Order: sequence, then structure tokens, then C-alpha cells
Amino acid sequence: MSKTSTLATAVALALTLGAGASVNAMDMPECENCADELTIVSWGGAYSKSQLRAYHEPYTELTGTAIVNDDSSAEAVAKLRAMNEAGNVTWDVVDVVAADAIRLCDEGLAEEIDADADLAAAPDGTPASEDFGDLLVSDCFIPQIVYSTTFGYRTDIEDWNGATPEDVCAIFDTETFPGQRSLEKRPIANMEWALMCDGVAIEDVYDALETDEGVAQALAKLDTIKDQTIWWSAGAETPQLLADGEVAIGSTYNGRLFSAIEEQNQPIAMLWDAQMFDLDGWIVPAGLSEERKARAMHYLKFATDTQRLADQAKYISYGPARASSAPLVGKHADLGIEMAPHMPTDPANAQNTFLYNYEWWADNRDDLDAKFQAWLAN
Amino acid sequence: MTSALTTHDGQPLHKSLARALRREKLRSLLLIAPLLAFVLVTFVFPIADMLFRSVENSIVPDTLPGTTRTIQSWDATGDELPSEEVYTSLADDLLLAQELKIHTRLGSRLNYDQPGIASTFRKSGRQVRKLDASAHLDSFSEFNKEWGTPSAWADIKTHALWPTAFPASSIAFNNWTRYIISDEGDDADLSSMTPYGTVYSALFYDVQKFNDDQWSQLTASSSAVSHLFTGLKDQLPNFPSANYKEQFLDIDDGWGEIDNWRTIHRLSPRMVDSYYWASIDRERTVEGVEHKPANERIYVKLFIRTFVMSMVITVSCILLGYPIAYLLATLPTRTSNLLLILVLLPFWTSLLVRTSAWKVLLQQQGVINDILVWARIIGDDGRLALINNITGTIITMTHILLPFMILPLFSVMKTISPSYVRAAKSMGATDWTAFRRVYFPNTIPGIGAGSILVFILSIGYYITPELVGGTSGVFISNRIAYHISSSLNWGLAAALGSILLASVLILYWAYDKVVGIDNVKLG
Amino acid sequence: MSTTNGAAVRFEKVQKSYDGKNLVVKDLNLDIAPGEFLTMLGPSGSGKTTCLMMLAGFEPATHGEIFLNDQPINNVPPYKRGIGMVFQNYALFPHMTVAENLAFPLQIRKLPKSERDAKVQKALDMVELGQFGNRRPIQLSGGQQQRVAVARALVFDPDLVLMDEPLGALDKQLREQMQYEIKHIHENLGITVVYVTHDQSEALTMSDRVAVFEDGVIQQLSGPDALYENPKNSFVAQFIGENNKLSGTVKSLEDGRCRVELNDGTELSADPVNVANVGDKTTLSLRPERIEFEPVESTENVVNGTIKEVIYHGDHLRVVMEVAGNDEFIVKVRNRGDQRILEPGQMHSLGWAANDCKALDFVQ
Repeated sequence: MSKTSTLATAVALALTLGAGASVNAMDMPECENCADELTIVSWGGAYSKSQLRAYHEPYTELTGTAIVNDDSSAEAVAKLRAMNEAGNVTWDVVDVVAADAIRLCDEGLAEEIDADADLAAAPDGTPASEDFGDLLVSDCFIPQIVYSTTFGYRTDIEDWNGATPEDVCAIFDTETFPGQRSLEKRPIANMEWALMCDGVAIEDVYDALETDEGVAQALAKLDTIKDQTIWWSAGAETPQLLADGEVAIGSTYNGRLFSAIEEQNQPIAMLWDAQMFDLDGWIVPAGLSEERKARAMHYLKFATDTQRLADQAKYISYGPARASSAPLVGKHADLGIEMAPHMPTDPANAQNTFLYNYEWWADNRDDLDAKFQAWLAN
Repeated sequence: MTSALTTHDGQPLHKSLARALRREKLRSLLLIAPLLAFVLVTFVFPIADMLFRSVENSIVPDTLPGTTRTIQSWDATGDELPSEEVYTSLADDLLLAQELKIHTRLGSRLNYDQPGIASTFRKSGRQVRKLDASAHLDSFSEFNKEWGTPSAWADIKTHALWPTAFPASSIAFNNWTRYIISDEGDDADLSSMTPYGTVYSALFYDVQKFNDDQWSQLTASSSAVSHLFTGLKDQLPNFPSANYKEQFLDIDDGWGEIDNWRTIHRLSPRMVDSYYWASIDRERTVEGVEHKPANERIYVKLFIRTFVMSMVITVSCILLGYPIAYLLATLPTRTSNLLLILVLLPFWTSLLVRTSAWKVLLQQQGVINDILVWARIIGDDGRLALINNITGTIITMTHILLPFMILPLFSVMKTISPSYVRAAKSMGATDWTAFRRVYFPNTIPGIGAGSILVFILSIGYYITPELVGGTSGVFISNRIAYHISSSLNWGLAAALGSILLASVLILYWAYDKVVGIDNVKLG
Repeated sequence: MSTTNGAAVRFEKVQKSYDGKNLVVKDLNLDIAPGEFLTMLGPSGSGKTTCLMMLAGFEPATHGEIFLNDQPINNVPPYKRGIGMVFQNYALFPHMTVAENLAFPLQIRKLPKSERDAKVQKALDMVELGQFGNRRPIQLSGGQQQRVAVARALVFDPDLVLMDEPLGALDKQLREQMQYEIKHIHENLGITVVYVTHDQSEALTMSDRVAVFEDGVIQQLSGPDALYENPKNSFVAQFIGENNKLSGTVKSLEDGRCRVELNDGTELSADPVNVANVGDKTTLSLRPERIEFEPVESTENVVNGTIKEVIYHGDHLRVVMEVAGNDEFIVKVRNRGDQRILEPGQMHSLGWAANDCKALDFVQ
């Protein structure tokens, strides 16, 4: 390694010591034979900003690596396949949701990663694979955050006569809670909620959806609110629709609602019941040169350690994917409010949750999507 | 004329003319060469690629070379699972596929046609190494120790009957070779290795099918492999049957599902039409091509909707654009240039900004509804749904595409002399008659050009319908985009795109027949 | 309001302004008799086309009234005026065949098809294009298009036909031929024609009367010969035909004659057309063909001139001379067999009759 990066390490060392933050950074071995540039793909907006502050900036300080940001995660799967076919992969680390990671792994477009060998253990020595636990849903995927798709509702709706939604089935209760709804324009989560609110136990939902009757039952339930529903495809839509008063209640990612409620002070409240957990994390594209792959893995080891994951929660209300990070979650960096109660994983919020069944959806997504879209179009 | 004309030096005139013209043509070809190359690379090749992808299916025969061969003899219309032989080649193919990590890719390909098969492949990939494939390796070695040595295979491969008499084992042997190279690298010494058990199982099925002539050739004293085959025929009944079927059923129930096998059977060829059938809500089943279940039909509906809505958008562009273009064409140049800038203004704002602006205007708590409520034209509880439906798509797309109608109309109208209308009036035509009989017919080329532009552009639009179309206002292009970027079902996207392309070409042809393509003028 | 006087067209105190500041047509009064061929002649911007457009109904008069057969037509829309019109660039409808173009005004008048076809054929025959009915205008030559335009303007039997520089786009030979044809059609049909042109020879050849326009005012309205022989003012003299100008001061004025002293002291006799008082400045106008070389003694005006240039014109010679300080003095000499040899530098005496020399308003 060059002199400058040694210098950078020293500076970073001084800084981290001064800030009294992680000591893990010191433990990072230098990266041998690594590329000195890194192209990281993520979602853009507040989310990328939180990664920039929690991961990229400290890493650049530590190693001197230049990090190029690309906000293409929404099209990551298609672009990675195109790059792979063209034989020219230009991305080093890509932030994707778990379902995309599974697909990329299935398609052979992502590298398999051995969590214990390649990632940092928890401060108490728990191996990474145990620390992440069940959240390692694919061999190619390192989870970063747990987020949830859940509901926000306006708190100032006169027609509701003071009633507040207590459970997820409020979205189907147009008597008590009249008004427009907004739901995501895809079957995932909506089908589950529909069945849950139609008397199917949470653990039987996927079995039911495997049958035509189950699908019909779910769609029939959704039919009851179909003409009062605006279907969104971008996460920013529901907060905007709620803020404009276009809808009374709508689903979106919990972090979006956090910023609408806490940062923009909109008259909106969270409904955490039956929130659907999902994961977002990193993959490394297949087909990188040795130097670039080494740099990508080096970065990932740094960016997914216990402290770094906890740091990200300072900037955005998503729960760190490592069990060991949870106790380290502190206050919001700008608002100064305690972040733990805003985490989807906070015990108070997580009384009734379900985790998106990746494997089941990987198998049935094409089929159910066709049915769902056909239902929407009719 | 009886004799051909010649030039002064005796060359036939037509020849020297041709030569002179050829030089001209060559020069013009050189001039357009950069454009031609550009069009080829950015337009012709991608379209050819798209057409190819819509039928291309190499991934199945490439990943399952043995299985796609053996499954041909299986009766897909019956309700029996395939024979042990098919499971044998599946074991062999999957062994290589998981080594190359391509089995899941195949799984996702097949999953488009058969939901659930992806996880069958995913699970099997992890387990296939644990298959017990020793049965035939052991039997052959017991029959003759030579069979368990690398030299046996070296000998067989030199025989004249390899690979014709060894269809299964030659594929299996080839798979094994690739497996070893992938596992140990290019410098692996294959000549010192004996294939793994599935290759012997493949051999077992090949050998059973030898005819007498082949037996005699292989056992003839001149044959280098006679020691391997002499007496083998009599021993074969003592060889155990393969037991891969049972093992696969243990790994995943999916291998016991007849529909999964039918899918593999149907998708065995290198070229398939399944994407096209899917594009028109149909599928091939054992009974032939059938409608998909009613709750999955969507594409035909979307195609029709796309065409109908594109026509509505085109018509509303004509209705709105015509008077504007007329105004622009008749105003003094200075004023009309200023207005033209206003017409072009939408081009200078990003599509997303424009679309979002429409949201603010059209939503139920939006500007237009607020004004209507304020003016007491509608009640507060009767706010109009102007967005997230067909209306929203039509309004927004009309706005976005209007310049494409106005510009050709404007430039055509600009060329229409005002004296035409005056002449008509001087001959007694009222304003309306003069417009209808004289002015309007002369603007038809502009309407044609504008309509073709707007129609073709709107057929391909997907961002705007996605954002403002709700559920009733989305186009077929939204599904294409979904299959390109989300489901990665590029074959289906390509088939849908090809159908769209073909329909546009047909419409273009029809337009040429009815109106005449000469009747299209951009100015 | 004025009384009826049987005029086919009457402009009465008509004014026109486009911008509210300048008058393009100033106080126009004009009567056109039925069956007359009247030409509005003038340079571009003189107001002649505006007058035509007002008559056709495409421009409203700012002030005044226009009468058609003694009916005021200011508020009659163009399509009700029943006036045939031939446009500068023919304005044949490109999307119709020749026959359809001709049938257009008849269709509008709801003539039955058989009658329509007969009339169209007759009109086409009249302009000798009987075989061309099925062609598109674009497939015809300029001259043929011109004839179609004329036929179309006439096919619905209007009493009045307006022609707006109809021959401007044709080459010289074709233009001359068409002039005669139009003239003949006019004579045969007995219609009233108002013809606008900036080409004075066209105007002289075809018209019964010519209205010379300049600056929004009719400068002179008379027959072609009068226009040429007796211009009312310097503009007309200058605009119609060729003209030599000599500037001077009126010395005496009596008995239909005046004496004018040129700037170099030469005194000439002239016809006092447009001078009122002794001492007025005046411009003498003199046609080049009325000048004699080496005139006989009795000639009223004799001056000396020096030849500067001789230009051969076939039937005549144009001799550019310097006369009384004017070095663009032109003399036309008939090309005769016994013509004396004229060469630059020679000095000759020139002479002309006082009647041929018009004393007009002074121009620089």
C-alpha cells in the first residue's frame, strides 16, 4: 500500500479515537492488491445519504479509496444482466433488496459470499453468520438493514370520528375508516394482508396462496377496496399522497413515513401492525477482476461490521441487520431524537410482523404477478 | 433503334453511364457510411437481437444436454413420470450445471412457464452432489476391472462407433470433462481420471440399445475395445437398474410433478414459440395451444388498450394541435416564433417534472378540482377522478406529445398559400366550405406525419402511464418494462416488443394503402 | 349617398390603413363601366393590390364605400360577391384535378352534374386545355396553369373578374401571348375586368383604361394612348414608357404654349400641362422617339447634343447623348437603310415639336 493510504489510516485512526467511536476500524487489515476505486450502486436520496455518512466517508478516510456513487438500484437486476451479457461489469458493490439478491444469485450474476470468512465478527466474537442469523437469505447477499412495508394514516380525518386504526385490517374497513387508500402495485404484501384480514392465519398464508382458491380469496378481499385505492410504484408516493390529503391511509416503507412525520411534521401516524419485514443489503457482481473483487470485499467487511450498521440508523429509521448492532443504535444525527422507538424491529412496533417469504415469492412471483396485474386491469 | 449507342471510344453507352453512376453511388455511400453504421449498431442489431431473443431457448438444451435428448422418447401426454433413463441424464446434467452454477439460472427460465420449478432446481443444486451414482460404475468394474480405468474411455473414444452408438455416454462424458475443467482448471489431467458414476449410468443405457451389428463390431477381435465388451451383453440383465428417480423424489417433490417434466419436454428445442403464445395469453399444453386461465389473461387486453388509447391520444393531439398550428402559421413571423417557443417549452422540462406537475393539477385535492369546487361547479364530495386512470394518461400524454403534432402541422400549414382560401371564397365558398374543401385537404400530409409520430411514440410510452395511469391507464409497454427490469423475462419482453413492432408495421402498411405514404409531409 | 350611375364597380371616397397611422389608399374615387377592361398600374406599394383586395372582399375598407352594380358591398362577404378572381400564383388547388378545380365554384352553386361537366369542358376548351381535365395542376406548365386559373375564374360566369398580376410568373414570350388571349376572352365574353399589374406595357396592351397608382392615389386615369401621349404629371410620364427629363423654369405662359429656360440657359417651347405660373420650376418630359436628328429649320425646339453611346437594338438604335447638361438623354433612331453613321463623340443638332415636349410638375 502507498504512503498516502497509510497516512489516511492514521488520520482516520485519530478521528475515530477523537470521536470515541468504533475501534473496529483499527482492526481492518490493509487491502493487498486492491483497486483504488469503488463504484457503489444504491437507491439514491436519503438512503444513499445515510450510507455515505455511515459507510463511504469513513471508508474513504480509512483507505483513501475513491468511491463513485450510482443511484441505479431500482434497475440493478436488469442492468447487471445486461452488463454480464456484454462482458463489462462496471459496478463493484450493489445495494439491492433481498428478492433481487436471490434472483441475481440464481442467475449467477452475483458472487457467493462466505459470511464467516469474509465478514467481520461481532465485537463479542459471535461469527457473522450467527450475528446475521436468518437474515442471510441468499448465499450472495449480506443484509444491511431491516425495513418494513407498513401503513401511515392521516390523523385529522373528520369522517373517522376519532377512531384510530389499531390493526392492519383497518384498510379493509371502509365503514369505520372511509377514504382513499394507497397500496403498492404488486402482489407482495397485499396478498398476505388480504388473506390475514379474511381470516387466514399468518402461518397459513403462503400455503393458501399456492392454491387458485387462495389467490381468488385474496383478490376478492382486495376487490372490496379496489376502486378506492391508488396503486403506487415508487416509495415516495404514499407520503406525498398522505400529505396532500389524497389518501387517508396507505402503505409504504417505514423510513419514508418517519421522515414525513418527524422531519416534515405532517399530520400522519404509523400503523405498525402486520408490518412486512424486508431486507436490503449488498451483493458483489460476478465477473469482477481480482483487484476489484478484493476491494469490494474489503469495503463490505468494513461497511457491515456491527458499529457501521448501527451508525446508519443515526441517519435513517431502518433497523440494522446484525443482532449485535441493535443495542448500539443511538440518536438521530440531525434531529437528536432517540431512533430505537422508530425502528421496525423495536419490540413495541414488532408485536405482529411477518417476514416476506423470499423463496416462496421467487417461485411464484411471475405467476402471481400475472394474476395480480390481470386483476388490476379488469 | 437497331444498334446500341456507343461512346467515342467504342464503349456501349449504357456501360459507361453505369460506370459513371457507380462512382456517384460509391461516393454517396461513403457519405452516409457513418450514419449507416450508427443505425446498424443502435437500431438494426438491437431489433434483430430482440427478434432473436423472443424465440431463443438455448439455455435449456445447453444446460440439460442429456435430459433434453432422453426426454424426447417420453410420452408427455400420458400421466406416467419419465423413465429412470431420463432421471439418469438429469443427474448427470445437474452435476455439471451446479458446478458451473447455472442450474438456478435455468430454474428461473423454466419458472416463467412453470411456477415453482425454480426452487426445485435451487434445492436440487445443493443436493445433487450427494446423489448415490455408484450403481453402474460398480457393476461395470465388477464385470471387468478395466472398465474402472481411464484407458477404457480412451479406447472407446477411438472406436468408430463413438459417438453414434453412445449418444448418452458421449454427452455424459463431455459433461464430465467440463466438470473437471471447471473444478480443477484448464490444466487438469483428464487422461489420468476415471469419470464419475453418472457417466457409467449413461453408458448402461447406451449399451442396452446396441443392436447385433454394433455388438459384433465392438467385440470383433480387431476392435481395441473388444475386451471391454466381450461378454457384456450376457451380463447386462444382472446389472441393477438406476435409482436416480427415487433419489430425486427425495430431494424435491417437484421431480415427481408431471407438469414440471412436461415443461422441460416442451422447452427442449433451441427455438420455442412459448413467449409468443404467452404474449397473446395462450399457452401450449399437452392438448395443444389453449387460453390461459381467465385470471391470468392480460396481454391481449393491454395490446388493445394500448392501441385504442394511442389513437385517442392521437386524435386529441389533432384536435388541440390543429388550431394552435393554424394560429402559428397565420400569425406574423415574430409572434409565431415566440409562440413556437412556448410550444417547444415542454421539451425543455424533464418528463418527470412535467408528469408530477400534472399530478399536482389533476389529483382530487389538486388545483383543477379545487377550482371547480370553489366555482361551485362540483361539490366537495363530488371531486373528479382525473388522475390514476385513463383520463390522467390521456391528458398527460396528450400534453407531452402535442409538440410532435403541432410541429409537422405548422410546417405544412406554413407552405399553404393564403390565396387558396381566398380563391375558394372568391368562387363562392363560405369560410367553412373553404376550410373543409380546400384548406383542410392540404393539411392532411401534416396530420398524417403528426399522427404517425404521436401514435408510434405513445405506443411505446411507459413512464407517464406508470405514474399517472393508475390501473386502467397502463399500456403494454409497462408490462414490457416490468419484464425487462423486474422479472428479467427478456424473452417475453422481446416477444411482446416484436408483436408491438409488427403491429406498428402493419398499421403503417395500412396507412400507406389508405392514405398513401407520399401523403406524409414534415414540412 | 351618391345616386346610381350604372357603373359596374364604384369606389367612393375609399380609404385604407393597415396600421392606423399611414393611409395605403387615400380617398379613392373610381367608376368602372360594365364591360370595361380597367388596369390598376403602379409600382409595388402604390395601393393597387389593396384596392383589388378591398373589391374582392378580402380586406375591409377603412373608410368609404365600394359599390358593385350600384349595391354597396362593404358588408358583403367575399363568397357572396360573385366576383371571379385570378391570383398571382394561380392558387389552383393542388389536391384537385384541373376539372375538379373548375367544377369547384359550380359545385358550390349546386349545379347539376351534367351542367357542371358541360361548363367545365367549355371553359377548358376556351383556354385550349380540353384534354387536360384529369391532370393535376402540378403536372401542367406555368402557362397552362395560368389558363386553368383564368378558366376557373370565368367558369361560373361572373360579371366581374379580378386579376392580380396573373402573368407575373411567366416568361416574356408566354406573357405576351397570354396578354392577347386574355384580351380576346374579355372581348368575346363582354365581362368587366379589373387587372392589376406593375408592368406598364401589359397595361397599355390590354386595357381600355389604365389607372396609374402611386402613393395611394390615382395619378392618372385614361386610355393607354392618352396615358402615353399626354401624361398628367411627371410620375406618369416617367412610369409609362421611356422619357427624357429636362429641368428648367417657366419664362412665359400664353396661348397653350410656354417657354422654359433650362438650367444651362437654353430656351425651349413646351406644352404647359402641369405649370400654373411664370417663374415656376418645371420638368420637361420628352419621348425619345419624337426627337429628330439634324431637324429641318422650322422645328420649334433645336438643341445640340454630344453622342456618348450608341446601342444597337435591331429595329432601332438607342443613342445616349448629353443634352443641356443631361447626360442620360436618349434618342431612338429608326433603323433605316440610309441611316447616317452615328458614333460616340459626334456632335449633332436635335429637334422636336413643342407639342411633344410636356411641361410638367417639377421633380428632382
